[in-house]
Amino acid sequence: MNRREFTQAMLAAGAAIPFGITRAAGQTRGGTLNTIIQPEPPLLVTAFNQQQPTLTLGGKIYENLKYGADLKPMPGMAQSWEISPDGLTYTFKLFPNITFHDGKPMTSADVVFSCMKVLTETHPRARQNFARVASAEAPDPLTVVFKLKQPFAPFLGCFDCTSAPIVPKHIYEGTDYRKNPLNDKAIGTGPFKLKEWVRGSHVHLVRHEGYYLKDQPYLDEIIYRIIPDSASRALALENGTVQLAQWTDVEFFDVQRFKAQKNLEVTTKGYEYFAPHQWLEMNNRIAPMNDKRFRQAVMHLIDRDALAKRVYFGSAKVATGPISSKTKFYDGKVKRYDYSIDKAKALLDEMGLKPDTNGKRAEIKYIVPPYGESYQRAGEFFRQSFARVGIDLVLVGTDMAGWAEKVGNWDYEMTQNLLYQLGDPALGVSRTYVSSNIKKGILFSNTEGYSNPEVDRLFDEAAVTLDEAKRLELYSKVQQILVEDVPVAWTLELEYPIIYDKAFKNIVSTGIGSHETFGSVYKS
Amino acid sequence: MIRLGSAATIGLMALSRIVQLVAVILVIATFNFVLVRAAPGDPAQVMAGQSGASDPKLLEDLRKEYGLDKPYAVQLASYLGRVVRLDLGYSYRQRRAVVDLILERLPATLLLTVTAFCLALLIGTTLGALAGLAAGSVLDTVFTVLSLVLYATPVFWLGLMLVLVFSVTLGWLPPFGYETINVKLSPLEHALDIAKHMIMPVTSLAAIYLAIYARLMRSSIIEVAQQDFIKTARAKGLSGPSIVVGHMLRNALVPVVTVAGMQAGALVGGAVVIETVFAWPGLGRLTFDALLQRDYPVLLGIFLILSIVVIVLNLLTDLIYRLIDPRMTTGAA
Repeated sequence: MNRREFTQAMLAAGAAIPFGITRAAGQTRGGTLNTIIQPEPPLLVTAFNQQQPTLTLGGKIYENLKYGADLKPMPGMAQSWEISPDGLTYTFKLFPNITFHDGKPMTSADVVFSCMKVLTETHPRARQNFARVASAEAPDPLTVVFKLKQPFAPFLGCFDCTSAPIVPKHIYEGTDYRKNPLNDKAIGTGPFKLKEWVRGSHVHLVRHEGYYLKDQPYLDEIIYRIIPDSASRALALENGTVQLAQWTDVEFFDVQRFKAQKNLEVTTKGYEYFAPHQWLEMNNRIAPMNDKRFRQAVMHLIDRDALAKRVYFGSAKVATGPISSKTKFYDGKVKRYDYSIDKAKALLDEMGLKPDTNGKRAEIKYIVPPYGESYQRAGEFFRQSFARVGIDLVLVGTDMAGWAEKVGNWDYEMTQNLLYQLGDPALGVSRTYVSSNIKKGILFSNTEGYSNPEVDRLFDEAAVTLDEAKRLELYSKVQQILVEDVPVAWTLELEYPIIYDKAFKNIVSTGIGSHETFGSVYKS
Repeated sequence: MIRLGSAATIGLMALSRIVQLVAVILVIATFNFVLVRAAPGDPAQVMAGQSGASDPKLLEDLRKEYGLDKPYAVQLASYLGRVVRLDLGYSYRQRRAVVDLILERLPATLLLTVTAFCLALLIGTTLGALAGLAAGSVLDTVFTVLSLVLYATPVFWLGLMLVLVFSVTLGWLPPFGYETINVKLSPLEHALDIAKHMIMPVTSLAAIYLAIYARLMRSSIIEVAQQDFIKTARAKGLSGPSIVVGHMLRNALVPVVTVAGMQAGALVGGAVVIETVFAWPGLGRLTFDALLQRDYPVLLGIFLILSIVVIVLNLLTDLIYRLIDPRMTTGAA
């Protein structure tokens, strides 16, 4: 599909929306959805905090465009959009009659203010995205025009509810955004509004009666219960106290038993936009990790099928390279590293890392990420894997702050890391590998310190190339180089579950899953 | 009855301890500050780590907002200045005054810990006294084994087992939380609802302390029973119950009060685990979350309050000693 056809398709989709999202037979209004939020978010305004729980909960309060499982943008607050032939001008047409939770109308001025003033000040990802915008205008209340400095292929992918939430200009203009006293009220335009937040207990959302889509939301209310202990969360799901669990609410080892519970549906759909991609991160600045052969040996010595089965209990798929198979531009024809202790040993021997009289080649400190029990188990798995080739992996425990400081400041040898792919390599993949993103003190940058001018060039070119076929070609080349160089040892594409009571419908309707607005969710 | 002289001595002792208390609080506040800052990482890094995104501007903005861009000495002086003014500061992470956060969570924790403490003390000392008085009997053996089992049972495990039996299997009790959410109840129904939610957390938290007090009381009773003054009381012809109540219990309680005073502060430590397992919205969880998030103002505020509580409890323990055992007031052994 060329750009013109794509634009036409989008316009057609937009035109169809007012009819397509009306209430269909069987969809009833009413009901309460009880679910889990953990850990408790510090605040609910997604413009100022992008922790996962904030985004899950804030996704009901704030909104923007939606993305399907195929990662194509779907109408959200904008009913249609048009891209100029040179790829520099994006014109969005908003739905009429959108109102904020305080009753004031939402217009194109709010969109321009949110994207260009608030988010560029408070939101790291949005700051990078909207730095590409030369000007943003609101020619009429329902039209927004973004003019880019240069083409940016995934610009339409920058408007999900987690990257570009729209906040009210009449509340934030001229104030210190982060300290605005109305942050406690979390006033957005989403189908649900905040009724009550009892800290440490629950967050209670109720229907936004002025929501612009006819009949939506179908549910009366959503209650997010704060349950810090994973065993207690599993029990709450089991006995029906909550009817929905998402992300890491339930440990991987508990997922299987919920598949056997008849009233529950277990799916791994709804994470396509995020496509969580996990790897063993090696500090490329330090020996022996600074030798490509060592990193290739690491790819051979980990039995990643076993890792997926034994540690993640089948809720994962083996990753073959830097781009997830669930996202765009994945190249499945890259070099494959099979599980082979012999090949790993041969590579280590070749680089001169030979075993001593005790059979030990090296000792490496591995910082266990503090993101839950599966990371601890994965660490144990890696320790055993490395031991088979004579490398002693010493597991070091820490908490979030300690891990962030060590990894961000390059003060580590090996650890595990996971990043979301955000629907396009230019948004979620290149940041880990390009030299321009080697920034000390900054987590989730190119912390491993890999640098390859050709990789930089290919990523840069692919980001500004509008032709999809050409982009595919560029990303294929970059994948081949990276898979050969192994800057990090890709392990798994994690498949987080969404587990919900079958009485609830439309829980997963897009590629952003539980971050969705839930306006179309109903109880049968 | 306490003599007037004794009352004056207790008053002087209390005054002297209050003066000490202020000095100790300032030392503790300084120590807390240094200790908290010694842990690696800062709140800006945690926030960036949890957001999956970061850039230099975000870190710089957050550090400036939190006051972390200033030298340590300036931060410490500013903190101590606030402590003197009884200002616990502001949590930039939660966007709220620390005192509000603590006051919001304190009632739930007090309800949980004070109830558990009182029950553990009452039941533990009663069982311990009964076991001590019947030393060597079947009753003694049963109580001893029971207290050993309770003492050895991890708090979180007991909590989960209670949930499994009484919530999941039998469906008698709510599995977690402080109250039923989203229902309209009369004040009486609301109180009963909270009481129902309290049963399992309180039982879990009280179990280990109950075991400790029972074992302590048992051995204390056995020891006191062999003292000369008990033999004298018997020789004077006093009845069994009056010897037990008037002589034995009062003396046997001294070590129990000592340990109870020391452990009252530790109860909050236990509350962290219980509040996590039962999703109880209290101070323990606030502490745990603040620690993980390096929310310095909240952490320092809680530490300071808890330090004061422990000091006050020790002061109360000293006073109670003197009420139980007048010899301590006169300095007699």
